[in-house]
Amino acid sequence: MSATKAQLSHRRLIGMVRKESLQILRDPSSIAIAFILPVVMLLLFGYGVSLDAKDVRIGFVIETPDSVTSDIRAAFAQSDYFVPVTFHTIQKAEQAMRQREIDGIVWMQSDFSHRLHNGSGAPIGVIVNGVDANQARITEGYILGAWQTWLTHYSERRGLPQAFPIALEQRVWFNPAVRSRDFLVPGLVAVIMTLIGALLTALVVAREWERGTMEALLVTPIHIRELLMGKLIPYFILGMGGMLLTVAMAVWQFDVPLRGSFLVLLAASALFMLVALAMGLLISIVAKNQFVAGQVAIIVTFLPAFILSGFIFDINSMPTAIQWLTHLIPARYFVAILQTVFLAGNVWAVILPNAAALALMAFIFLMLVRRKAGKRLE
Amino acid sequence: MLQHILALIIKEFLALLKDKRSRFVLIGPPIIQLVVFGYAATFDLDRVPFAVYDEDNTALSHRLTDRFAGSETFELVSHITHDAEIAPVIDHKHALLVLHIGPRFSDDLAAGESASLQVIVDGRNSNTALLALNYVRTVLLDFSAEWAQEQQRPPPPAILVTRAWYNSNLVSQWFIVPGIIGLLTLVVSLLVTALSVAREREEGTFDQLLVTPLRPVEILIGKSVPGLIIGLLESTFIVLVTLWWFEVPLRGHIDALYLGLLLFLLANIGIGLMISSLAVTQQQGLLGAFLFLVPAVILSGFATPIANMPEAVQYLTLINPMRYFMVIVRGVFLEGAGYELLAAQYWPMAVIAFFSLSSAGWLFRRRMY
Repeated sequence: MSATKAQLSHRRLIGMVRKESLQILRDPSSIAIAFILPVVMLLLFGYGVSLDAKDVRIGFVIETPDSVTSDIRAAFAQSDYFVPVTFHTIQKAEQAMRQREIDGIVWMQSDFSHRLHNGSGAPIGVIVNGVDANQARITEGYILGAWQTWLTHYSERRGLPQAFPIALEQRVWFNPAVRSRDFLVPGLVAVIMTLIGALLTALVVAREWERGTMEALLVTPIHIRELLMGKLIPYFILGMGGMLLTVAMAVWQFDVPLRGSFLVLLAASALFMLVALAMGLLISIVAKNQFVAGQVAIIVTFLPAFILSGFIFDINSMPTAIQWLTHLIPARYFVAILQTVFLAGNVWAVILPNAAALALMAFIFLMLVRRKAGKRLE
Repeated sequence: MLQHILALIIKEFLALLKDKRSRFVLIGPPIIQLVVFGYAATFDLDRVPFAVYDEDNTALSHRLTDRFAGSETFELVSHITHDAEIAPVIDHKHALLVLHIGPRFSDDLAAGESASLQVIVDGRNSNTALLALNYVRTVLLDFSAEWAQEQQRPPPPAILVTRAWYNSNLVSQWFIVPGIIGLLTLVVSLLVTALSVAREREEGTFDQLLVTPLRPVEILIGKSVPGLIIGLLESTFIVLVTLWWFEVPLRGHIDALYLGLLLFLLANIGIGLMISSLAVTQQQGLLGAFLFLVPAVILSGFATPIANMPEAVQYLTLINPMRYFMVIVRGVFLEGAGYELLAAQYWPMAVIAFFSLSSAGWLFRRRMY
């Protein structure tokens, strides 16, 4: 008896998958969501999202130009980070900063060279626009670096004692050029795929409930488990297609190094796709109608994946309570895996716990889906 | 005529608020997200875990280590004794950086030679890596200055005196939380409008609306006002939380902010209604809302500066109302900017609002299938 039941369910499952696949093929919008959307978004955001401060417009206030001040200005101009603009009074420069024409000011007063020769700690005034605190910090760092380089050379040339007794030798592992794109693009893959997964299922299933076709399916001998699997499998294949496209773009279009193995990436992606789809299904089942499902999908998918996943804001810098909260966001685990597999390689100590968390979430979401879907019948 | 519009407005409010879940979705999550994101979205480093590999092992090297361990930014998590231990500590994310003090550190320093200090940083999050290195440099500068003074060595001939305008402690919350006002205002106004016409079209009630004596302009007003009112109420609440809970200073005039808010809401509502009236089904409406919302947020300057984007993308942001509102909200809060300085931000939003609202009104009648 149980054997025939298993056989039958197998056939029903195939039938269900076929029905869903046909539905997808006839309505090109799902295919567009799975393939075109991620490509367009990754192109736009991959280029658009960058944290490297480049071409920072710095106003140089040089009250009395001489060989020393022009030497300093040249030291700054040499670096890729700055676009120097010269002013002769601090008032002019401050006005330009208020108008947002420059991002920072480096100010050498009229007695600068004089005090420098006396060795009495000639001050170089630095003002940065603190509105964007992160960019301001990075700019400060660049200015500090340029000042150190110049001062080291200056001391050497004059035979003065070393200006900086400790030489810092810095090594940035996994991303020696400190390119923010290498760090952001893997995270973007996670954010984009969260959207795609939820969009694919949240709407489609809500529509079936709303139109009553779901009830029609439920009166057939099909089991709830077969029904859900029949829905998941075709969308899973679609979603994985989109995922592969974005990964390929990350590697070939954005030149992000893939240091870990592709298979690990594939396995983690599959787990994540399962979570994202199950989340979409759950939204659509709980929301009952497309209107609310749509609203919920906007609120619970994009913004949390954007802000709480570690894609851009470092989770370690968040307050402890918020760090706990981020454990509820599936994208968090996937971002950690992606950043590690892309940049560092197969670091199992990072990959395994995160993959386990994804598997657990997939399990919980699928169980919830099953329970809620069953309840809807009563 | 006024009565007609009023009736429509009441009907729209009912459609939005009569469903318990829909009511909750409009009010609950934005408030929760404001608080959570306000704390979560930070670029400030706090308790950066670091490991020390001290081959020198002298009083001086211990003092340097204590300097780092004692600062609020860093937290000492482990001591390393072999080269081979560096890689696992970083790889496994036990520490973000390793401070490697070579065996000749204090000897070199005492001999007046350049003492080298190696710092290895996890670059997986490049921004964190960069900021951590900046902090390392600052700590080192303080340390060397102190040491030089003790040794009665002359200070460097030129020193940097740095200060930051508008946000002297460079708290990134002051940058992000005003941004969240824009973020959540955008989400709420899209939630209210982007599916409203599409839903009626799918249910067929929009045709009924079109055959009533209401003119498209009146329908447009009726559909816009609920979004405007809900948006204004919610954003006022968010502004108050920004002021009193997050204690971000409000240096400019509140009316300069509200003029921006009004234009921003109108632009969003216009875009939402335009998406909604282009869509035949709610599915398309939602897709359209996402297609607008996600790029609008990511390419607004909310988290990453517009100036860093390639030129082509920068041009694209010109049609993004959130881009202008970001400048206004931060300008009014932090810079104390007034109408004059913000004029360049007001008018593009007004243009977007006018264009999108009139296209939405036009589409109401034209798109009938």
